[in-house]
Amino acid sequence: MNLKKYLKVYKKFLHTSLASELEYKTNILVDLITAILSLVGSIFLLSIFFQNNGYIGGWKFEQALIIQAIYTILNGITNTWFNPNLTEIVKHIREGTLDFVLLKPIDSQFFISLKKINPSGFLEIMLGFFLLLFCIRINQINLSFSFLSLSFITISCSICILYSLWFFISTTTIWFVKTWNAIEVLRSFLYIGRFPLNSFSFSLRVFFSIFIPIAFITTIPSEVFLGLSQLWKIVLEVIVASVFLITSRKFWLFALKFYSSASS
Amino acid sequence: MLEYRVEIALWAISGIIPFFMLNIWTKNNLNELINISDVMLSRYFLCAFFVRQFSVVWVVFSFEEDSLMGKVSPYLIQPLNPFFRYFAQHLAEQITRFPFALIIAFFFFIFNPKSLWIPNLSILFLSIVSTFLSFLIQFLIQSIVACLCFWTEKASSIERLLFIPTLFLSGLLAPVVSFPAYVKTWIYLTPFPYLIDFPANLLSGNKTNIIGGLSMQILWIFLLFPLFRKIWSEGTKKYTAMGS
Repeated sequence: MNLKKYLKVYKKFLHTSLASELEYKTNILVDLITAILSLVGSIFLLSIFFQNNGYIGGWKFEQALIIQAIYTILNGITNTWFNPNLTEIVKHIREGTLDFVLLKPIDSQFFISLKKINPSGFLEIMLGFFLLLFCIRINQINLSFSFLSLSFITISCSICILYSLWFFISTTTIWFVKTWNAIEVLRSFLYIGRFPLNSFSFSLRVFFSIFIPIAFITTIPSEVFLGLSQLWKIVLEVIVASVFLITSRKFWLFALKFYSSASS
Repeated sequence: MLEYRVEIALWAISGIIPFFMLNIWTKNNLNELINISDVMLSRYFLCAFFVRQFSVVWVVFSFEEDSLMGKVSPYLIQPLNPFFRYFAQHLAEQITRFPFALIIAFFFFIFNPKSLWIPNLSILFLSIVSTFLSFLIQFLIQSIVACLCFWTEKASSIERLLFIPTLFLSGLLAPVVSFPAYVKTWIYLTPFPYLIDFPANLLSGNKTNIIGGLSMQILWIFLLFPLFRKIWSEGTKKYTAMGS
């Protein structure tokens, strides 16, 4: 792996996809309004849950807001990178253009995972950060070095898990050709990430920690922010994230063996 | 449509968010405060799932694709409004979705046997009518948005924007009864509660104003249909036959 080469290629990717996306400027504005409304909507829903209750699953309203903030950041990242690229895989495979990707003297996973970028997701990430800063103030969290590094580690792990989940599903396109709806299923499951894991019943909690580790994606980073997280949970998240990343890589290489180019 | 069985099954699964919401409501005993029993609330969310399954609309995405690929041109020559084509596609897919929705309901009752009930025939008929009316309202709204393709090319982002209030205000995630008073004062004037909350309440046997709800649904259809006709005739004049 030549890191310099990849950085250079990535710069080109950024340039071309930003140029093409900025063609649709009003679109970006509409997407920003969508992100804001969707955040307002989920806070509204939370406020319904909390209107007569002080606690949901052991979380106060101010604490549950942290989960919303982290969810918004991660959703922004999904919309910026994962969604535009990985839905493109479906197209590549259906139209047989994956051939051209495979022929390029560059890693195919790198190419299809980072080719495109959707700038409107940046605004959503910023929105999430503002909410997070606000939460840090109202929850009176002390910013220390160890806290910052722990939260950085857990959020990066969440990003890795999220990426692997998306990549897994997109990879299955090689067998099933159309996976739009599988992506839709993943989206609806990820929606659970907006709420603290403890507010669900035991069986769902097990399901969302083992089969689809949504629990790790938002709840553990939020616990780190509140200083409630035990060390073993953080270690576990790091392990889960690396397992997911490695298997998603292996799965991609395995799937490529079954790729039998379409319409060419 | 039957060619894509797996797809449609996945679609049905992707609609299970109401069940997750039900889980939050009952696990935290939130429903006691709005005076709905566990059983009634689980029926409500099951019905919300059903109504959503049979009123989902995606015409804007199909139309946008067709319009960007230039497929709309041959449709325009035909003497039938192309939206009839999409309308028929939607109906066909709803029928194929029915068995999958039944399977999910079956599992729901296995896990939750107390909530099993059989609505009487007239209620069943009325709720099918109101679900269809809800489908019509959403189809009209999306067709209007789809016609914006004639001006902006990417109408689907406007649809995603409109989807947010639909998601939060239609009663898919929380019944409208539970909303705070300052929202309840104006929400019944908007089309949103008639999309899911009203048909779901009707079917599940929760308290609702049947005549008021149905007439509001019909009123909205009468308001939206001329608007669609207008924007369609304006839009076809602007049509530039992209991609062909």
